[in-house]
Amino acid sequence: MIGGGYAADVGALARKDLLLELRAKETLPSMLLFVIAALTIFHFALPHGTSHAAALGLLWAALIFTALLGLTRAFVAEREQGMFDALVLAPCDRSAIWLGKALAVLAFLVAAEVVALPAFAAFFSGLDGRTVAAVALADVGIATVGTLFGAMAVAGRARELLLPLLFLPMAIPIVVGGVGGYLWFLALYDAIFAVLSWAAFEYVVSET
Amino acid sequence: MHLSLPALALACTGLIGLALGLIFFYAPTDGDQGFSQRIFYFHVPIALTSYVCFGWGAWKALRYLRKRDERADLESYVAIHQGVMFGALTLVTGSIWAKASWGVWWSWSENQLVLFLVLFLFYCAYFMLRFSVEPGPARANMCAVYALFGVVLIPVSFLAIRLSQKFIHPVVFNAHGPQMTGSQFFVFCVSLAGVLALFATLYQVELAGKRLDAHVRELRELLT
Repeated sequence: MIGGGYAADVGALARKDLLLELRAKETLPSMLLFVIAALTIFHFALPHGTSHAAALGLLWAALIFTALLGLTRAFVAEREQGMFDALVLAPCDRSAIWLGKALAVLAFLVAAEVVALPAFAAFFSGLDGRTVAAVALADVGIATVGTLFGAMAVAGRARELLLPLLFLPMAIPIVVGGVGGYLWFLALYDAIFAVLSWAAFEYVVSET
Repeated sequence: MHLSLPALALACTGLIGLALGLIFFYAPTDGDQGFSQRIFYFHVPIALTSYVCFGWGAWKALRYLRKRDERADLESYVAIHQGVMFGALTLVTGSIWAKASWGVWWSWSENQLVLFLVLFLFYCAYFMLRFSVEPGPARANMCAVYALFGVVLIPVSFLAIRLSQKFIHPVVFNAHGPQMTGSQFFVFCVSLAGVLALFATLYQVELAGKRLDAHVRELRELLT
């Protein structure tokens, strides 16, 4: 299951999620609306003439919460329609399920930010390339860890409540790296937790 | 590791008593911070013990994932439970120390305190996860994975917090070894041994209680 087969499995799984979203249009529009509404709220929450640093900090808060919104939805279809069992039974490596889902989540995040970042630049004091690079790196970390924790959270009774509790402490280093513009640190975070999530996903979905 | 529980409890009481005596009557008063510096002999061992708990919990989690040993799941949970309690104590003693030496209850520039806050939040969510999933192998798997993420998060968070802040926390250990006099280091070691023995005792007590609880449940199932 390694090699061409693995890549094909991942591609098929990611394509399934993107197709579902294209047809149902559930997650992405709500993420977009949420992030624009959050930025609007931050405009009124910040005092007049606030520094760029304060606005940038709030951008990160908005991005983390928007990602959380998308992650909460990520595995709902699987659980509600009993598709998880079918996926786990499918003759593919289980980490491929994680990778496919993480790629789909990443696509949603990038799509939301393609709108959110220009909106931020227009509403507040512009953007620099370093922030855009930091957001891109942070997305990888959010998608990898968030997908794993999302799979955990849907198994619980209070799934929408559980995911923020599990995910937010993990997101603190991302916010530190993002606000400070430490690209190497974000890349390190991505590498460590991508490998760990990739290796651990099998256990999260197995029932034995 | 096969000390009986009463012997362990006795050793723990002796060590903690000895540590208390040494802290108040033997350890030299710090020239810089005065009497209040003595809380260091509890604060730092408790913090280190809490890391030991989280590490032990992750080790047991790894054992569970590899060996499928059901006892390891319970042991991992109990170790993390103890770790959260020692972590809460670290936050409390750290706050008291911060109040005594800097006049504030909370200081964001104190790296260890902030790290413990992050870890405290992370491991509290462990209990939310554990108690919202039905008991069984699936739950044990998830909890084990979460516990392993925790030990990886410790150095990553530590690095993040260091990056984010100025560094005013007194650094007691650095690359040149402990910055303590011989007598201070001796008291510190006794105190550390005492707190570690306390962890071992509480761990055994809680484990024995939880096992008994599971056993009673099984018996009740058989009776009804």
